[in-house]
Amino acid sequence: MITFRVLVVDDEIDFLETIVNRLRKRHLDAEGAASGEAALALLAKEPFDVVVLDIKMPGGMDGIETLREIKRVQPLVEVILLTGHASVETSIEGMKQGAFDYLLKPTKFEELIIKMAAAFEKKGLQDKKIRDAKIQELKGR
Amino acid sequence: MKKNRYTSLRRRIIVITLAVSIAPLLLLGGIIYNQFLKVSEQRIKDQIVHLARTQRNSLEVFLSERTTILSLMVDAYNFRTLSQQGNLAHLFDMINRRSEALGLVDLGVINSQGYQVAYVGPYNLKGLNYYQQSWFSQVISRGKFVSDVFMGFRQVPHFIIAVRGQDGEQSWILRATIDSDIFNQLVRSGQAGRNGDAYILNKQGIYQTQPRFEGQILGGSDINFQDYSPGTTTVLQRGLGNGQILYISGVWLKNYEWLLIISQQTSDQAGGLLETRNTEILIISLGCAGIILATMLTAHMVVRQLELSDREMDRLNSQLIQQDKLAALGKMAAGIAHEINNPLAVIGEKAGWMRDLLQEEQLKESIHLDEFNKSLNKIDEHVDRARKITHHMLGFARRMEPHLDDVEINKVLDQTLELLQNHARINNIKIEKAYADHLPVIASDQSQLQQVMLNLINNAVDAIGSDGLIRIATGLQNSHLVIQVSDNGPGIPKEIQRRIFDPFFSTKAPGKGTGLGLSISYHIIDKMGGSLSCESTEAVGTTFTVKLPVVVPERK
Repeated sequence: MITFRVLVVDDEIDFLETIVNRLRKRHLDAEGAASGEAALALLAKEPFDVVVLDIKMPGGMDGIETLREIKRVQPLVEVILLTGHASVETSIEGMKQGAFDYLLKPTKFEELIIKMAAAFEKKGLQDKKIRDAKIQELKGR
Repeated sequence: MKKNRYTSLRRRIIVITLAVSIAPLLLLGGIIYNQFLKVSEQRIKDQIVHLARTQRNSLEVFLSERTTILSLMVDAYNFRTLSQQGNLAHLFDMINRRSEALGLVDLGVINSQGYQVAYVGPYNLKGLNYYQQSWFSQVISRGKFVSDVFMGFRQVPHFIIAVRGQDGEQSWILRATIDSDIFNQLVRSGQAGRNGDAYILNKQGIYQTQPRFEGQILGGSDINFQDYSPGTTTVLQRGLGNGQILYISGVWLKNYEWLLIISQQTSDQAGGLLETRNTEILIISLGCAGIILATMLTAHMVVRQLELSDREMDRLNSQLIQQDKLAALGKMAAGIAHEINNPLAVIGEKAGWMRDLLQEEQLKESIHLDEFNKSLNKIDEHVDRARKITHHMLGFARRMEPHLDDVEINKVLDQTLELLQNHARINNIKIEKAYADHLPVIASDQSQLQQVMLNLINNAVDAIGSDGLIRIATGLQNSHLVIQVSDNGPGIPKEIQRRIFDPFFSTKAPGKGTGLGLSISYHIIDKMGGSLSCESTEAVGTTFTVKLPVVVPERK
């Protein structure tokens, strides 16, 4: 069964808990963080494949900042942006900063799953590419 | 109200301008006329002074000539010769033959005792004694003498010229009487004009010649000698009530014993004064008329312009206000939408979570499983519905700046109706759609168009209140898109119809409407190159018609 590690970042606790529970019920390895700082702390400790990130988080780091930081420390992690603000401009900015895609809140859960799978697939391909490259290099020595 | 402000402003402008322009004009006219009057009077006075002086000179010459003739005679002949009647008569005859206008009536020789020893003339005066007469002593002492006019022995007004002759120690007098007719004529020749007079007064104010109008020769006059100072020619001026002015010139003669008076009456309008006054009045009247006309025109123009500007400003202000409001509304809408989205998301997820849990074996046996599922489905359904609305609102708020979209008008109307259809349904207002098919897609500002449609449909809903029908029709006519929003509400009265597009005009209760909706809608459609019009019949209904030119969107 496919499983991958997901980190959900949202300051709305009710939403965060429910999403994480539902993901776990579908046998995904999900964790939650209620702020950008908490998310980065978790990322430093454990590996994640996909991050689902709420853009508008009042107080502290906002979504775009968090995204930038994640891409800086772990560029291979794919980030999906959730925006309840419906500001297309921020979303486009997010895409420029390297997000995988964005979804409008409130999202249909199924759509989120599909997007996460696609993100994981892309990460998988990237990982494979890197592995292959390393092997080639090894062979070359 | 505003109308009065403009009226009073217009009035004030007119009054001030007229006062400032007409007053100097009248003043100038008055001053010039006055000056002219003075000059004219001065001219008359100068004339009359000249006349008096000239006349005085003639009279002086007259008197001195005759005095000289007598003096000559007295020097040429002695007493003994002339005291003989025959010689005197001969002399008299000779003199008169030489000159007819000499004016000597008679000639007499008087001895030192006052006896007239010889006399030639029309009266019987020989032998009379003149010793007592005042003139006698005066001649003896002075040598020559011209008398005032007096009656004398002959009882006829006359005056004499007498000179004293000297025969050694003896004095004698040669006396001549001056023809008063001739003298009077000479004096009278100085009168001027039809109403003029010329006469002589002596120092006591006794007439020496016959005046034309008032007084008698040898009668008294009421002349005030203070007015006539010796050494100058005086001119007096008196207004007589009947539009005439009396000019009197007085000049002294005969060694300040006689005063020559020349009087002249002129109409106070003489000397072209009447013409001048009339011309001036005409010019000033024309000028004033012109000024008044121009002032009223200008004031009217200016105030009208002001009115138009004010109205334009009102319109712009209302637009600004509306835009401000919309911007604020947009922000608020965005804020609200965002706030609502979060709880919606939670509700949706919680419902989903519950559905997930229902998969578990134990719960699957529940008798209420069906109901649970149905309820969860309904929750999903309504979360979705709420989501659509908030997304729609956010989309609406986002697009504040006008830009061109590809607009399908039927779709826009449908979207707008979505927002209103619940409200309509609750109030039992049926909405009937009569869309034409295959309408062209036009390039236009979708959100603004939506705003207009929203406004029109909203108005229809408000007009009906409850229980009614709104019909929305679209079509194509003369390369224009036509959209009609009709309602069967109470209609709009004729006198209000003109004003519905005015900014700040509303028939709703205060606080219920800004009065800006139709005004803004009109402006939006107008800027798009289209037209917004209204037809209404009371108790039947109202139809608003929007016409938009078909502008084909650019190929992207």
